Parts: sequence; structure tokens; C-alpha cells
Amino acid sequence: MTWTLVAATLAASVAAGTSLLYAALGETLGERAGIINLGVEGVMLVGAACACAVASSTGSPYLGMLAGAVAGVVASAPFAYAVVDRAANQLASGLSLLFLGFGASALIGNPFVGALIPPLPSVSLRMPLGEGAAAVRVDFLVAAALPLAGLVAWLLMGTRWGLRLRAVGENPVAAFAAGCNRRRLQYEALAIAGMLSGLAGAHVALGVAYTWAEFMTGGRGFIAIALVMFARWNAWWAVAGALLFGAAEAAQLQLQAGGVDVSPFLMNMAPYLLTLALLPFTGKAGRLAAPAALGRPYRGVE
Amino acid sequence: MAVPLIEARNILKRFGDLVANEVESFDVRTGEVHALLGENGAGKTTLSKILYGFYRPDAGEIRVAGTNVSFASPADARAAGIGMVFQEFSLVPALSVLDNVALFMPDLPRVPDRRALRVRIATAAKALGLELPLDAPVAALPVAAQQKVEILKQVLAGMRVILLDEPTKVLAPQECSGLFATVASLRAAGYGIVLITHKLHEALAAADRISVMRKGRMTATLAARAATREALLAVMFEGSPPQSAAAPAAQAIGAPLLQLDRVSTSGGAHATPLQGIDLGLREGEILGVAGIAGSGQRELGALVAGHERPRRGRKLFRGGDASRWTAGRMRRAGVGFVPENPLEAACVGELSVAENFALGERRYASGLGFNWTRVHDDAEAAFARLGVARPSLNAPVRTLSGGNVQRVVMARELGRAPRLVVAIYPTRGLDARSAQAVRDALRARASEGAAVLLMSEELEELFELADRVVVLRSGMLAGEFSRGSYSIEAVGAAMVQSDARTALA
Repeated sequence: MTWTLVAATLAASVAAGTSLLYAALGETLGERAGIINLGVEGVMLVGAACACAVASSTGSPYLGMLAGAVAGVVASAPFAYAVVDRAANQLASGLSLLFLGFGASALIGNPFVGALIPPLPSVSLRMPLGEGAAAVRVDFLVAAALPLAGLVAWLLMGTRWGLRLRAVGENPVAAFAAGCNRRRLQYEALAIAGMLSGLAGAHVALGVAYTWAEFMTGGRGFIAIALVMFARWNAWWAVAGALLFGAAEAAQLQLQAGGVDVSPFLMNMAPYLLTLALLPFTGKAGRLAAPAALGRPYRGVE
Repeated sequence: MAVPLIEARNILKRFGDLVANEVESFDVRTGEVHALLGENGAGKTTLSKILYGFYRPDAGEIRVAGTNVSFASPADARAAGIGMVFQEFSLVPALSVLDNVALFMPDLPRVPDRRALRVRIATAAKALGLELPLDAPVAALPVAAQQKVEILKQVLAGMRVILLDEPTKVLAPQECSGLFATVASLRAAGYGIVLITHKLHEALAAADRISVMRKGRMTATLAARAATREALLAVMFEGSPPQSAAAPAAQAIGAPLLQLDRVSTSGGAHATPLQGIDLGLREGEILGVAGIAGSGQRELGALVAGHERPRRGRKLFRGGDASRWTAGRMRRAGVGFVPENPLEAACVGELSVAENFALGERRYASGLGFNWTRVHDDAEAAFARLGVARPSLNAPVRTLSGGNVQRVVMARELGRAPRLVVAIYPTRGLDARSAQAVRDALRARASEGAAVLLMSEELEELFELADRVVVLRSGMLAGEFSRGSYSIEAVGAAMVQSDARTALA
């Protein structure tokens, strides 16, 4: 019985962790370039709504997924313009993006409330633990998650682009002296981040829920931001973190399904409690690992 | 004669009405160290920034290898092989040495081959005799090593001329020889080096030619071999080097004022924790604190002024335990504080000079109002006493030059007739005459019975003023010297290493 529960939780944590990982990897790139985006949740919602709309209208979940990616980039564009070109306050701009995303996704998703959304095709991998039906649903986005983390890690640490991006996020003055194009690097990082957040939303819609509901991402965008800090701006640690936070969310559902007598309201708090419990321990070391110019608008010469 | 690597002719640069540079000729040749010598404000940095494309001259021409050029920005200068190492390094602290050097390489491939890159950088470092841990983050290196990273970076970025702006300012005396060894290998490898300095002995020791600047003009260019200390002094100071107005008077040293009892602090990010500091300071005494940058000077000043509390040990002020006193209480008890970064830590930039004077003082309140006339009178009197030019009292402090901000804070803190003055680098950024005025004011305060805790980067300044000099190293006291036992060698050795003999070997 216990093993079955563990297996079911693990299986579910992969599904829950995937969207977290996509959003966290995107946010990692943005923050490495010195930009913190508190609007990830909003971008995810727009991605989810557009994915639902296109998948439902065309019947193709893959087109829906693409729509989610494109929508993520488009939704992030005003934020990127404000913080990269206009040196706007990143926190205020991010929160505006968040609420813009709430509104826009509700508008886009409204006609599709209750509509049948074709899910992303998947294969089921049985867990080698316990008995019963615990299986990991592996769809395209789940399968691509690990290679994506590797790609992001390589981009950051193995390429000239990544070196320049990190330099911009740490010391834009030195990066400028080295001939880096800060604007372009930050736009590129935010475009990729927007795309990944859009895909994260698309996965919630097409890979987990198979339907549209307002606020369906349920705060995952915020957990992703906390996750980036927890993972010390490192793509591989983000994978571990995504599984951990995914498990917290999955455990809640599994325990409820298993008939454990705990208030569902209490259980709903689990992932956020975990976030709050872990954040103090990222404190000092986390601050040292943070990109030095994170959140600071660049007002120097260019 | 070979064509110089870079050559400036008939340069004229104005800032408003001020003629910052009027230079007929300056050049650097292959395999040459050319010292640019002059006191603060003589125009050395302006000229080098013109060569580096940071400023555009109003008239005149610059030639690189015989070809006329016009630099719109430092990027143009770098593309022409002209690099500059500033006092504030342009490094990315969190990145490794390797990454910092690679970042500036113009021919870095999109996907670098880390091994080939490492070999190339290590080879270049070895050729210059630089030993650097390529994988360590730059932030973990001592300043002297960071400076080497800067120089290595310039070399691998393809620079042929390297301008070094006051490179020894951040170094301990012992580290300077390492720097000059690097400069010598650059010279042997055919680079052109411009050594910007206000220290005569550096120019004499390291340079092939010395150009002396005064008030924006080039007053002499001579071969270092033919130059003497006296000849250079004469052209630097129009015949008379600045002299102290008052001869060091024998000060009456009085009762104990401040006592630190095995004090330790906890430090924090980017701070050097103090460890077991035992220190006493008496009325009328000037105690000098020496140490390489970041050895705990800032923390010691902050502790004494009450901006920081001891984690262990006690701080006694006039016999009472002041360990838990706030900065405000220390201030009311008669402590004047000139921090390292006055604009950030001692002023509100948006407020005017007069408002900053009144800040934190209760005596200007009159009923519910404020007696601004008195503030203005006091401020004027304070500047007059200090003997430096007074900026407009209504100007926001942020609009003042660094030197003027320093003057404002100095005048304010000394104007309160403090019992104890804590001054961290109080002459930094001041011209020679203002610096002398500040030194005289500190000495005058001490002769009136105040104690002075003075941090300085210039050992000469400490030796001139202090009755006693202690050395800080990594937050610990590493030596104490009384007047008469001062020498650059002994104090310098204590700054870098506990055993003076091995340091000098």
C-alpha cells in the first residue's frame, strides 16, 4: 500500500514538475541576464489559454503547444521593452505583467470553458514500484524536459553567448567594456524565457488538466521563481528542485485520493509551505550566488 | 626612429571654462614604459582618457602607428589596440579568471573549446610570469591578483598599448614589486606602457621616460636615467612642493578616551570581520591605521562610530561601556565620522549642502521651525576653519565632485568640535593643497585635545600625522609602530605578512 502510494506520488510529481521546470529554466536565463520577472504566472496563463484555444479549434495538441510558446513570447514583449529599453522597475513591471496575464488569459480562454481539449499524445511508463496503476505519462514536453535542462546548462556555461549573458547579469559595465550588446542579450534571454513559460502553461493545459479553467496554473509561476533561487541559478539543480516541488504538489493529491483525513485546505498549502521552508536556507549563500546586477536597471553608457 | 605606437599632438580639452588639457606632444613607443607624472588634478587622467577614447579632444590629433585616428568611444580605442586598466577594475567578480579573460577576447568562438582556451590563456600568463588560478572566481582573489587578471585580459584582447591608471594605489608596498615585474615583462615583449602615477619613486624606478604634467599642461618630458627626484619635484610643484602649514607640535597626550577590548565583529557579505582587536586611544592622540584595501579599516571605523556592534568583546568610550550604543548616541557623545564613501554613507545626495549640515543635529531646531540662518553661518565657519574652498550651500550634494563631497563631510564633522574623529581615507580624491588642509585640520583638532583615528592608503600621510601606527591585516592587528620606528619596509611587511623578514627577503 505504502509503496503504491509512493509510486503514484512519484509518477504524479513528474507531471507536476514538468511545467515548473520549463518556467524555472526560462526564469533562470532571464535572471542570469539580470532581469527578475515576477509575471511568470501571468505568462503561463496566457500560454495555457492560447494552447487550449488553438488545440480545441484545430484539434491538434501540437499546434496548441506551439501556440502556447508563441503566446509566451508575445506576452513577455511589453515587459521586456519596459525593463530592457526603458530601465523600468522590474518588480512593478513584472507584477503588471502578472495581472495583464490574468485578464488576457481569462478573455482568451472564456469561449473554451468546458470545451474538450485534445491532450498531448503520451506513452505510459509503469513505475517499477508497488502494484496497481502508477505510471508516468510521458508526452512530448515531459520527454524534452531533461534535454532542455542540458541545453540551457550548455548555453549558459559552454557558449560565448552564455558567457556574455552571465557577464551582463553580473556586471553590465564590464560587459559593455567587453563589447557585449546588453540590450540584445537581455531581449534574447527574455524571449526564450517567455517561450518556456508559455510552454509551461501549455503543459498544464494539454498535459495535466485537458481543460481550460481560470487561474488554472495555481501559483506554479511563483513556485518557479522560488525554485530558481533554490537551484542557485543552475539548470541541473532546477531539475532536482522541480521534482521536489512537483512531489509536494503530487503528494497532496495522492493523500487526498488515498482518503487520508487531512483538511484539503491544509494540503493545498503544502507546496507553498515547502517554498517558505526552503527559502530561508537559500539566504546568505543564495545571495552570494545571485547574479550581482539582478533587478537593477542599467543606466550606464551604451 | 621607429613610429610610436600611439602619439598625441596639440591636444586641447576643455570642460566648460576649465582647460583640462593642453598638451603639445605625448607618445609611447614599442617596448617602452612612459610614466605620466603629476599631482592630483594635474590632468594625467584626462589625457589618458583622451588616448583611450573616453573623452574626445576639442582640438589636436591622435595617431596610432603613424595613422591619424578619431576615437568615438573606448571601443574604437580598443579596436586600435589601446587598452586601459582603471583603478576600479572592470572584472566580473562572480566569473572565473578564465571566463573574465575570455569575455574580452575579440576572436572568442561561438562555442569555445575550453581546453584550447585554457592552454592559450595559461601560455600567455606564463610568458608574462603571471601565476593565476584560472578556475577561481575573481572575487576570491586578492586585489594584486585581480590586477594581474586585468593586465592578462588586455594582452589577450590584443592590446598593444596599455594605460595603467595609478596601478599601485590598491597595492601594498610588497605587491608593487610584483606589478613592476609584470610591467617589465610587458615592456620586454614589446608592449607600450603608460604608467599614470603621482609617486616620483615609481616613475624613476619603472619608467624609460617621464612626462610631468601640471595644471593640464605637459611641463617636461625627460629620460628617466637623466631625471632626479629634485628636478622632477621642481617641475611638478612649480618649485615648491606643498608644505605643512604647522610643524608637528609635540601634543600633550591625555586621558584614555576609547578602549577596544578584544573586539570581534561578524562581518557579513563583502565585509572583513574584525577579530580580537585590542586598541586604546587617548585624548590628543592621532592613531594611524595602515593596511591593504579591505583589511578591516572600514569595519573598524564603523565599529568605533557605532555603525556596527561588537559580536564579542567590549567598546569603552570615556570609561563607560559603549558597546551597544547606536551611531546617533556615539555622535551625540562627540564622535565625528568621515566614512570611506561619504556620498553614500554620510550624505543624502538629493539634499543640499546646508541641509546635509543640519542633518542629525538638534541644535538648529527653533520651536517647530528650523534656524537656517544659523545652519548657513555654521557651515561657512566650518569651511573657513578647515581652510578649503566652499561649494554653494544650496547645491544638492549629488551634483558636487567627489573632492567637494569629501570637503563637505570633513567640514561638517570637524565643525562639531568632536572629541573623537574617525576618518577613513579623508584625503582621497583631494588635490594636494586640500589634502594638506585636511591633514592640518586633523592635527589642529588633536592639539585641541581630540583623539583621531585615521585610516589612510598613504603610509607617508600616516607617518607625517600619527603618534602611533597600527597595522590591520585580515581583520586582525598585525603590528604596532610608534613614532620614530616608522619605515615603509617594516609597516609594509606587516601589511602583507606577519614575519617582516620573510616579507622583505
